[in-house]
Amino acid sequence: MGIKIALAGNPNSGKTTLFNGLTGSNQFVGNWPGVTVEKKEGKLKSNKEVVIMDLPGIYSLSPYTLEEVTARNYLITERPDAILNIVDGTNLERNLYLTTQLMELGIPVIMAVNMMDVVKKSGDAIDTRKLGEKLGCAVVAISALRGEGIEEAAGKAVKAAQSRQPAMPVHEFSQEVEAVLDEIESMLGGDIPEEQKRFYAVKLFERDDKIAEQMKHVPDIFSIIEKAEKDMDDDSESIITNERYDYITSIIGESLTKANKEKLSTSDKIDRVVTNRWLALPIFAAVMWLVYYVSVSTVGTWAKDWANDGVFGEGWKLFGLVDVPGIPVIVENGLNAIHCAPWLQSLILDGIIAGVGAVLGFVPQMLVLFIFLAFLEACGYMARVAFIMDRIFRKFGLSGKSFIPMLIGTGCGVPGIMASRTIENDRDRKMTIMTTTFIPCGAKLPIIALIAGALFGGASWVAPSAYFVGIAAIICSGIILKKTKMFAGDPAPFVMELPAYHMPTVGNVLRSMWERGWSFIKKAGTIILLSTVFIWFTSSFGFVDGHFGMVEDLSDGLLASIGRGLAWLFVPLGWGDWKSAVAAITGLVAKENVVGTFGILYGFAEVAEDGAEVWGTLASSMTAVAAYSFLVFNLLCAPCFAAMGAIKREMNNVRWFWFAIGYQTILAYAVSLCVFQFGSLFTGGGFGIGTVAAVIVLAGFLYLLFRPYKESSSLKANVSSVNARKAKA
Amino acid sequence: MRTLRSIGCNQTVSVVKLHGEGAVKRRIMDMGITKGTEVFVRKVAPLGDPVEVTVRGYELSLRKADAEMIEVK
Repeated sequence: MGIKIALAGNPNSGKTTLFNGLTGSNQFVGNWPGVTVEKKEGKLKSNKEVVIMDLPGIYSLSPYTLEEVTARNYLITERPDAILNIVDGTNLERNLYLTTQLMELGIPVIMAVNMMDVVKKSGDAIDTRKLGEKLGCAVVAISALRGEGIEEAAGKAVKAAQSRQPAMPVHEFSQEVEAVLDEIESMLGGDIPEEQKRFYAVKLFERDDKIAEQMKHVPDIFSIIEKAEKDMDDDSESIITNERYDYITSIIGESLTKANKEKLSTSDKIDRVVTNRWLALPIFAAVMWLVYYVSVSTVGTWAKDWANDGVFGEGWKLFGLVDVPGIPVIVENGLNAIHCAPWLQSLILDGIIAGVGAVLGFVPQMLVLFIFLAFLEACGYMARVAFIMDRIFRKFGLSGKSFIPMLIGTGCGVPGIMASRTIENDRDRKMTIMTTTFIPCGAKLPIIALIAGALFGGASWVAPSAYFVGIAAIICSGIILKKTKMFAGDPAPFVMELPAYHMPTVGNVLRSMWERGWSFIKKAGTIILLSTVFIWFTSSFGFVDGHFGMVEDLSDGLLASIGRGLAWLFVPLGWGDWKSAVAAITGLVAKENVVGTFGILYGFAEVAEDGAEVWGTLASSMTAVAAYSFLVFNLLCAPCFAAMGAIKREMNNVRWFWFAIGYQTILAYAVSLCVFQFGSLFTGGGFGIGTVAAVIVLAGFLYLLFRPYKESSSLKANVSSVNARKAKA
Repeated sequence: MRTLRSIGCNQTVSVVKLHGEGAVKRRIMDMGITKGTEVFVRKVAPLGDPVEVTVRGYELSLRKADAEMIEVK
């Protein structure tokens, strides 16, 4: 059996750098079962028998955040052979708080004090020997960035794991607390091993329900806690936390020598400017503009166009000189040469290659964006983004960090959704994923141009109104969703560290970029590919003259039959014509397809991007109000398959994925219904059943928007299921 | 009762007690704001909320609504 070492530490302590340094490229990235918390493990470079498990970055082992519960569940149930605890030497006090908790788990602990180079440079000194004595574990000074001391730290952790000597905490609480803990320990069932008793006793004393749920026999200690709280005039959680910090303060006094307390660090100087009351917003706007300009307006779009229209299109020019044919062209020529059957050729070209292209076409742009995000996160600016924007976004249940996904979403929803990765809080992230695609993306612009041109004489208010509808949908959804059962469960405390600024390494930025890009290809790829093939199949096959086979004309295909079957659904929205229904369905492959589909269905082989050729026909088949309702529906309903794939990837949960897609579609339907029904009423249409339905929908909407609600204060995410699934796996 | 919310920028105060309960309170304590801790109010965000404080040698941001739970002197 190999050795398992868990790497634990605070966020921003250099944990990722240490993990990368220890494991190199031998990494496996996944998710903890059932939750969206990332799980990474890797083999130690110098000893392949040793597996390093990178736990989520946490500040404490409290039961309130998903990361903390995931980490401690792993530590309690899987029992790694040793814990390598990385602490930030420039921020010892708060980092040691987690250490005092890890020491109680009854697992060997080795502490690695990181950023020793920075500590030395500032003139401070840490007495690692003394620190180890006071905490009861071996301490190694390291610099993860420079790779100094990391092998020694790993070596000591492996030795500690082999020795199987559980950590012996030197730290003791006050006599009163110790007496209470002793009493609780003596009441614990025999199923809890001796070395873990202290951990369970402390957690039970803190009234930690999540731990109690996992125990077979929970002793009745209610009166003991009550009495202790009365004697010490504080609640049990506060008593424990206060005593831990008091102890740390006493250790720090003995083992840390500060050179100069008053001097401003470089990071402080940067922050004085960057989050300055007056300069913060202009600087923020400039940074966002740069991110948008490079990853959406210029480099990112060049990369996307190159991949979509070049590699997976007609071809591209290498260095502007050499013609390189696109993959479809090469394959088509190859298939022609071997006289491939037309249906097979169509499957390969229009189904599979188009599907693969839809997946890979987004990757280059995403990689450009991910470089920026990795840099902003690693240098410490992302935390400031949340700090600056929090005031606006928290009102509708989002995080200040939701700004970036939405900004990117105006270009393309797919990288926008992927950008939600930077939001740590699970609830804020899910909310952002669900609402980001309401913002009109680049591919929805042709639909706006089509409707504006065909029905509104190109009126200039149509496009801004589409953005307004998108933003209103985000705000209202935020308010409605945060009151629903799905979201009301978990608390979202915004008590956030603003880490010191530092220059990230190129290696870490590139690694983060690649990990995210790859996870998109792997996890989002399947759904995008399958749905593209499905749409290809239903649009190119159908029944003609009683025979099933390939069809030339889209209106003979199965998709047209599906459109005819579904059209009645859209009658209340004003566009019950099957052609509109089919256009909305093909819009799921890519939103700009809506325009092309109208072109084909109205008998034009090829139309301009804004579909100018079909304006006349469209105007005669729809009223202006119906057209606007069609526009709103296509803006808000389920996004394209690529974005759905991204949603599935980021939600990492089938139920949440369908909840997101379902919510978007229902919202789109409700808003379009109201637009058409009220629009018709005010433009002279009569009052009918539809109007009544719209009034009811509007009333329901307003109720959901304004009903009272109270923020919860405990984590409801089902943690026991995490364990159950782990056991199965 | 004076709370951290009412403290202006560039002032240092000492924590007397934390009120409230549950996740937010525990989080505040976990981040090192406990009885007797010195807290320096560094700045307020450009839009007026949240605030940035220095505690135990590092920078922490918290919302004014949460700062109200922290009694100081």
